Amino acid sequence: MHELSIAMSIVEMAQEEAARHGSAQVHAVHLRLGLLSGVVKQALLSSYEMACEATPLEGSQLLIEEVPVEVFCPKCELPRAVNSIQWFCCPECGTETPTVLHGKELEVVALEINQ
Amino acid sequence: MSPEPRLIEVRKNVLKQNDVLARALRERFREAGVLAVSLVSSPGSGKTAFLERMLTLLHSRYRVAALVGDLATENDAARLARSQAPVKQIITGTVCHLEAAMVQNALVGWDLNRLDFLFIENVGNLVCPSSYDLGEDLRLVLLSVTEGEDKPLKYPTIFNSADVAVITKSDLAAAVEFDEAAARRNIRAVRPGMEIFKLSAKTGEGVDDCLEFLDRRRTNSRAEERPLTRTCS
Repeated sequence: MHELSIAMSIVEMAQEEAARHGSAQVHAVHLRLGLLSGVVKQALLSSYEMACEATPLEGSQLLIEEVPVEVFCPKCELPRAVNSIQWFCCPECGTETPTVLHGKELEVVALEINQ
Repeated sequence: MSPEPRLIEVRKNVLKQNDVLARALRERFREAGVLAVSLVSSPGSGKTAFLERMLTLLHSRYRVAALVGDLATENDAARLARSQAPVKQIITGTVCHLEAAMVQNALVGWDLNRLDFLFIENVGNLVCPSSYDLGEDLRLVLLSVTEGEDKPLKYPTIFNSADVAVITKSDLAAAVEFDEAAARRNIRAVRPGMEIFKLSAKTGEGVDDCLEFLDRRRTNSRAEERPLTRTCS
């Protein structure tokens, strides 16, 4: 259960970024979360609430966009979204591939702050 | 009335701090010519037994050292110290994984230039360690024959994040009717092409192949990354 420490990093990062833009109040944090990031969405959401307590982010929302796993198929020579993270293969031609292009994301992409 | 909130773009990796430290560690390992190998597995898969065997065998030919992560005890470090190699325990407290900063702190006082191999044993956990880069050159994921062949399918993220899979406790395979073909299939489903070793740290079966692999990796990475060393000296 490392979601709490990750949630605390998000809160810290959001506070710093908001301050850089001259605002102390954050309404929402937009996060991209890859299915291979090793972070569980539900656990992160509840940890986020805890991490926000007694900070300027209390009451703010964490909006998570889940990023599917995309691999590079060497046969089709194209990026492909896998059907399951239990089988890393091209959904079109079945070629197995270890090359992961997307799905490890854990990034704050935007903030909603007061003017 | 409060004004409408404003949307600002950020685009920052949440684990940036860890990743920056990990990159710096990887660079230090490269410069010092040390191969850093981390071990991840569930608790009780035999990481410490594997490491004990590896350290003992490598110690005669190479300069080896290990960092071992644990929540509370120093038992593993005490056990590994029998190999004569320098071993340092990282006690993580309530933290369920190692982070690059912990590795960096544990290395204080060690001269990496005097090492050929550095092993980093993560906390026994198949979930949390997958998110944290420790700057290692190779991540080994261990799977013991007693755990069941479908472990890779249950924890695809960590198996996918590893470079090498090691099937441990092979001496017990027959007793637990371990289906090796299924295990290999499952490992390669979540990480196609992954190198797999099967061994017993207890009897020594299969250990040589893994040792040779690490030896080769170290030689290759040194040849690739330090091309000027020989010509200059």
